[in-house]
Parts: sequence; C-alpha cells; structure tokens
Amino acid sequence: MDGSGEVKAAPSPAYDGPPDYRVVGRHGVFPETGHDEIERLNLLAHMNRHLSTRVMPHVKTAWEVRAGPKAEQALGRPARDRHEVQRALLQDPYFQAWSALRRLTMEQRQQAGRWTTLRQAERLAATAQALSAGDARLQLDPALPIPRYVSAVDHHCMPGSYHGEAFPGDVSGAANYDHAIFATTGGALGRYSDGGGQGMVRWLRRNLPEFQPRRILEIGATLGQNLLPLAQAFPQAEVVGVDVSAPVLRYGAARARSLGVDNVRFVQADGSDLSMFAAASFDLIQTTMFLHELSLLSMKAIFAETRRLLAPGGLVAHLEQPQYSPTMPLFEQAMRDWDAFYNNEPFWSALHELDLDALMAEAGFPREALVHGTVTAAVDRSVFPDAADDDGEDFGRKAAWRLLGARAPS
Amino acid sequence: MSVELALAGASAKPAGKRPYFLDPQVERVLAITMAAVQELAVARQRIDTLERLLDAKGVLAWGEVDHFVPTPEQAAERGLWTQEYLTRVLRVLQQEAEGIAASAKGDVYSEEVAAELAGACPA
Repeated sequence: MDGSGEVKAAPSPAYDGPPDYRVVGRHGVFPETGHDEIERLNLLAHMNRHLSTRVMPHVKTAWEVRAGPKAEQALGRPARDRHEVQRALLQDPYFQAWSALRRLTMEQRQQAGRWTTLRQAERLAATAQALSAGDARLQLDPALPIPRYVSAVDHHCMPGSYHGEAFPGDVSGAANYDHAIFATTGGALGRYSDGGGQGMVRWLRRNLPEFQPRRILEIGATLGQNLLPLAQAFPQAEVVGVDVSAPVLRYGAARARSLGVDNVRFVQADGSDLSMFAAASFDLIQTTMFLHELSLLSMKAIFAETRRLLAPGGLVAHLEQPQYSPTMPLFEQAMRDWDAFYNNEPFWSALHELDLDALMAEAGFPREALVHGTVTAAVDRSVFPDAADDDGEDFGRKAAWRLLGARAPS
Repeated sequence: MSVELALAGASAKPAGKRPYFLDPQVERVLAITMAAVQELAVARQRIDTLERLLDAKGVLAWGEVDHFVPTPEQAAERGLWTQEYLTRVLRVLQQEAEGIAASAKGDVYSEEVAAELAGACPA
C-alpha cells in the first residue's frame, strides 16, 4: 500500500524480483497478516531468491575449481555418483555456508508462518468450522492411520506436518502451509498458490482439447489448491480430493466454499487403499508434487489404485520434479538431492532415480499408453513471475514439472 | 490461548534430526544473526511504510527524510545517541580491553576470591 488505498499490482518494468506479498489472494479462512508479519515473508522470499540466484551459482564454481578436483584426487578418479559428489560438497566451505543459510531460511519461514497462524489458531478453527461443518462435502475418518512416510520426519521442516493439531479442530498448520508458501516460491505459484493446478488445466487444454472429465480425483490433495483449478475448468465435473490428514482437508473444504467452488468433495483416505471408490469411476486422476513425499511401497499401491479407478479413456497424471537421468550432471543431481536430506524430503532422492515408466507398466498401464510432458505454473503474468520465462534453476524448487501420465484404453 | 500457543509453538522444531553444516556453535550464532537481519528488514520496511503514509496524507513531502539536514543542536544530540549506541553494541570490546589492563594489575577470578575468603587457599 502506498496510502492511496490501492494495491499497486504491476511492479515497475525495471524491477526484477518477487512481488510484494500483498498481491497474494485471500479467502475466508486465510489468516490475518499484520504489516511486520508480511514483511517477514517478503524478506524471506528475497532471501530465497538471493540464495538461488546470487549464491547458488558459486556453489557450482566451488565444485568445479575446488571441491571436485579435491574429490577426484582423494578418490583417484572422478566422482561416480551423486552421493560421492554430495560427500565432497559437504566438505566445501562455500557449500556449507549456502546450505546453512538455506536451511535457516526454511526454518525462519516456518517460524514466521507459525507465529502468524498460531496466534489466531482458535479464530481460524472457528472460521473453518463455520464454513464446512455439517457439509457432506467434507468426509473425515478419525480412525485412518497416518503413514510413517508422513509421521517420521516433518516434510519441508514444517513442524506438525500436514496432520498435526494443537487442539481438536485446529487448522493452523494448513493455514501456515497456505499463506507462507509464498516465502519459498517468491510468488511463482501465483495468487492462490495454485499455479500447478492452473498449469495442469493449460496442459489439458493444449494437449487434449476434447477431454471432458466427468469425475476427477486428486490423491494427496492437501488444501486442494491444485485441484480447485480443475473443478473450475470443468464445472460440471464431480471432483474429489483425498488426503490422509484431516486438518488440511478441513481447511481445504472451507477454502473451497469461501472461494465459491462447490463441486469439490474432501475425503480423508489413504491413496494406497481407495476401495471406497468403485473401479473405473474417475476420468481424470492427478497428483501434484506428491510422489516425492511417499514411500516406494505406497507409491506402487497408489499406482495400482489409479489403474483400478481409471475409467476407459481416462487420464492419470503425476506432476513431479524431473528424474535423475544418466545425462543429468552428477553435480545437478547432488544439488537436487539437497531437499531430500536437509529439508526433510526423505523419499525425494530414491524417487528421482526410479524407472517410473516401468513402475507405471507394472501397475498395468501399457508402455504405449504412457504420456510424458512438461507443465509450468500458470500464473497472472502481470503480477507474478512466470517459471516459463526463467532460464535459471533452483534445483528441485522451480515451478516447472515433468508430467508422467497414462491413458486408460477406451 | 492462541497467543500462548504461538509463544510456545511458533519456533517449534520439525520432526527429524537437524543437520549442521558448520560448527554447531557457529551455526547457532548465524541463526540468531539471520533472525536479527530479518527483523531489521521488517523495521526498515515499517519506517518506509510510515514515510509513505505521511507523504500520502500530506504530513511530509516525499524526499524530506532523505534531504533532512539537522540543525547543529540536533546534530549534536544525534551524534551523542550514536556514541551511546556504539558503546552499548561494542560493550564486549571495552570490557576485553579493561580486562587486559586489569590482568596486568593482578585481576582475579571470583572463584579464587571465594577460595581465599573461605580460607582454603593460604594468603
């Protein structure tokens, strides 16, 4: 605000950086944010950008001129895999400094977001309750166990993860995830942090313009931020988001109601057992930035469930960061592994070296039915940075994903 | 109740052991420093917000702060504040210097005096 009472949407053309936080879209269950709370997130968005554009490139230099040659000398040969590169990098002072700052920025982002949401946790819970209580479109299952891949370490250093509650009915963890992800992405996910879902809609319009799914499912939908764009793009469709964690579903249902998206149901269920849904009952099944938070066993079970649930002619689509191909430099693989070890994404490393095509085939999708593509976050370009314009790389965090999918035979 | 929740839980540790990249003592100081860096930015932006609001309301014209020139009396007051501020921030250096001089004159640890006063150590 400049005192005129208006949020100036478009920044100066000369400015190249994250937008001010105040352009973020708000809804009925969105937390209140004071001036200083907003400025904490602004600073963190800039910190992340500074680290990725002004510090991280020199980690590569340190690898090339210092850590790499040193490792080669010690090993008597060049590093053979990303794990050897990682071990060598851990000894390098520049990698250490960058890593310490990157970790601290993540921790500060959680601290900032948790302060804002915990201080108003009771009001947020009451708001979510008022927006979604008694609504058949929110179906919770308190007996559902939380899988170890969720409970063992808190993903992206988010205390309490998606399932933790400070008290019954608490949604502050979901509100923290929702309102402060801006600090990590610098707005690259757009006004409602839904750039992935908007990108998916754009991909469908471009690649399958005739496709009109009648029933849509997202597994691991959390708040539904990437599901609502599909519900809006296909307003006649019946849309379901499942997740193992109740707080994100309560918040997601309230968020959807408040945004006026009424054709979405939020169901507490584990994607590895969706026996509550009949075979061949969905035309479109998606996961968004989800596979890396699983385990191998659960992923296989989820792939099998998607095959069972997919209707003839339907499409399953997983959006995920790119796989470690043999042509990807080992340094890049090691850098992409950073979040696996230092930002609590433990399945990330193993996932990205798997032959996912083979696993899809094992789940019953013939090789010729597989679909591969690229999806970048679709955002309001007048305000938010578009990942498609960005030649830089924020190893593992860029708002650009590989689409791995499959069609069910008609 | 929510404020108590926030005070107790905003800085909570996520599940999973924390990796350290530097000497943990150094990384601890860096963590505190980066939090201070963040709060400095927050304070700076709050001042900027105030200036812009005062400008919009016609209380001061844009640029007045940047073109402000103190009177000699104001300059002296501000200079004195800066001196006070630096003595506070760099207190540890002053005490270290006084310690060097005191040691040369036979400064002792409190524990040594305690032993002396209890008679355990012959004078």
